[in-house]
Amino acid sequence: MERSTIDLWVGLFVVAGLGALTILALKVGNMGSLTGNETYSISAQFTDIGGLKPRAAVKSAGVVVGRVADISFDGDKFVAKVTMNVEKRYKFPKDSSAAIRTAGLLGEQYVGLEAGGEEAMLLSGDGIKPSLTQSAVVLEKLISQFMYNKAAEGGSPK
Amino acid sequence: MFNRGAIINFRGVGHHTVDNVLRLGFATRFLVLTILHSGTCFRRMHLITRELYYTGVLSMIIIVVSGLFVGMVMGFQGYQTLKTYGSESALGVLVALSLVRELGPVVSALLFASRAGSAMTAEIGLMKTTEQLSAMEMMAVDPIARVVAPRFWAGVISMPLLAAIFSAMGVYGGYLIGVVFIGVDEGSFWAQMQSAVDFREDIVNGVIKSVVFGIAVTWIALFEGYDAPPTAEGVSGATTRTVVTSSLVILGLDFILTAFMFRGI
Repeated sequence: MERSTIDLWVGLFVVAGLGALTILALKVGNMGSLTGNETYSISAQFTDIGGLKPRAAVKSAGVVVGRVADISFDGDKFVAKVTMNVEKRYKFPKDSSAAIRTAGLLGEQYVGLEAGGEEAMLLSGDGIKPSLTQSAVVLEKLISQFMYNKAAEGGSPK
Repeated sequence: MFNRGAIINFRGVGHHTVDNVLRLGFATRFLVLTILHSGTCFRRMHLITRELYYTGVLSMIIIVVSGLFVGMVMGFQGYQTLKTYGSESALGVLVALSLVRELGPVVSALLFASRAGSAMTAEIGLMKTTEQLSAMEMMAVDPIARVVAPRFWAGVISMPLLAAIFSAMGVYGGYLIGVVFIGVDEGSFWAQMQSAVDFREDIVNGVIKSVVFGIAVTWIALFEGYDAPPTAEGVSGATTRTVVTSSLVILGLDFILTAFMFRGI
């Protein structure tokens, strides 16, 4: 076969391969949305993180503003310490609150940030005040509480 | 105490082991030689381009078709299973993660071994049988630099590209069945996929896997061809061994790489 024909086909092949990689990165992966942007890290303490995993989304008002970087256990205070990478272009006040929420009834868990009213902003390495964090809602706990309340209601004389 | 047959069998085991270790040593020396002698083919790129045509371009049809069908089957099967838990919208995640992490690199490497690897072995084996390699040496042309190295690099380059095409086609096949045919919500199909598939953790790891498979398959194929006994049976045996050995090596390497890459998740 002519060398130029071979070159053409090989060129097409390489373009197709690189194109497939680009599609995977942009359309399938989260390359287009988040990674690559500069981030700063903030941490928060929770008494129960439920099923939160590293790389889970950090959302504020429903918009993804960052990702969970690391989850560790604080052996002194017996709480979970969640480190989050938040995009640099989003700043949050110092008294912002964090809660672990669930997308839908059985969906994946994410950290919800709610902005406070203070003037000073959270800087890299800062932590959210422990009084302003809300742990994951554990479904079993809710159900057992509900059952307990129902049982108490039914047992009391009317 | 021992009868003669047992001793001969026992000796056979030892002979076989020593033989295989020797072959492995020769294969390693062969790989090092190939890499050391790659200078020529990088200066004369058309040598690699020609091999890229035979290994990469000609493998594309089988890769595209099987990627599409694997994705479509996963669309069906995944939907059936996920429906039980009422989470059909996670179909995109299922299809994309299994393709990008595992099926893309592994299945395309298996196809590559049988489509391109066997052809490489047969070609080089036949070149050796018909004494073309010796003729090159007579003309002071190094057969490793002229014949082996371009094929090696062509295999290493085309493997990740083929794996990426396979994964992309698979995701498209899953989309065709899941969204177009069955009617899973298109928005949640893509959105959940994008939030679950990480570029560094999943896609880059998949590419690393396919590069490793590419090196392994091409190395095995070239070595089997170069080492084939110069007879018709020798070449056919070497071709069979290429497919069997590289398939086993791909699966073994995949387990090791997966164990390293996805430990913490």
